[in-house]
Amino acid sequence: MSLSKQHELHERRFGRNLAVGVILVGLIAIVFGLTVVKVTRGDYETPATQSVTQ
Amino acid sequence: MTDTSIPSQPYSAANEAGFGDYFALLKPRVMTLVVFTAFVGLLAAPTPIHPFVGFCAILFIAIGGGASGALNMWWDADIDAVMKRTRRRPIPAGKVTGQDAFGIGIALSAFSVVFLGLATNWVAAGLLAFTIFFYVVIYTMWLKRWTPQNIVIGGAAGAFPPMIGWAAATGGVSIESVLMFCLTFMWTPPHFWALALFMRKDYDNADVPMLTVTHGRRATRIHILAYTVLLAVLAVAAGFTSIGGPIYIATSVVLNAMFLRGAVQIWRRDEDMSEADNFLVERKFFKLSLLYLFAHFGAILIEAGFDKFGVWA
Repeated sequence: MSLSKQHELHERRFGRNLAVGVILVGLIAIVFGLTVVKVTRGDYETPATQSVTQ
Repeated sequence: MTDTSIPSQPYSAANEAGFGDYFALLKPRVMTLVVFTAFVGLLAAPTPIHPFVGFCAILFIAIGGGASGALNMWWDADIDAVMKRTRRRPIPAGKVTGQDAFGIGIALSAFSVVFLGLATNWVAAGLLAFTIFFYVVIYTMWLKRWTPQNIVIGGAAGAFPPMIGWAAATGGVSIESVLMFCLTFMWTPPHFWALALFMRKDYDNADVPMLTVTHGRRATRIHILAYTVLLAVLAVAAGFTSIGGPIYIATSVVLNAMFLRGAVQIWRRDEDMSEADNFLVERKFFKLSLLYLFAHFGAILIEAGFDKFGVWA
């Protein structure tokens, strides 16, 4: 027997909460993916760093 | 001691909003059109875009479109409640409160514009922001309840996505993206007026000044024909720009011939004829209008694909 019984409200809203969780994880993945693309593409290189890398 | 944050008595779960109800606020069916046309605009653009950035751009445009849908539902809840077509939407159905819809709409609007700007460029983000403003403030709050030309001017909001997709790739606006805008813009009035012809009672009850209500059904039939003629000229002409090609022109000529035929049939009919066959021609025209738009943008997409692989070169 579990120490704390899950409230009926949490059981009922499980689907909704799960969907919000999935969306938040998706948002993290998108921000991470965009960062990787932009950094590897050199979007954020300043003229100074470009001259150093050349 | 009681926990005030959670109701101690389980209340009726039947009317509680699920995730699907919140998603329905974003008008998923309209979003399909937004996603498709924005995708075509993005791919038809001459500047290549990184696939992941392109995916994100489409996602943010879709979220922006959905956000404006939520704000539209918040403002129009009174109209939605009396129209048969819309009375099961989350707010009139009592699933989601107007305040929640407003909050979701505003939050997603800001999110989509900022993220589109960060992912692509600020021209695309500015166009998305203007689209949301246009749909919510100009169309929903102002024109929809004021003028029978609501559909004509409001149609601009639905016509922006291919332009935003194009801007996301190129960082600007060009004649091709304006033509894609015009295609949806000119298509919207005949599409919605055909719907209004066989759903008139809905608009009557909601007190929305649709052309059918304010100027009568004869005037609506004339307007459908006039806009269809203008649309046909514009749609075929777009085939001679860089987004067109043999497939687009062939598709456009066939579909515009069918669309014009339908518009002429609608124009020739009177109310007795329409009621005798339960608006068969008007319903067919409405269905054809859906195919019309998807086929035109589909043809632009195919042409863009052929261009990328050098088929016509």
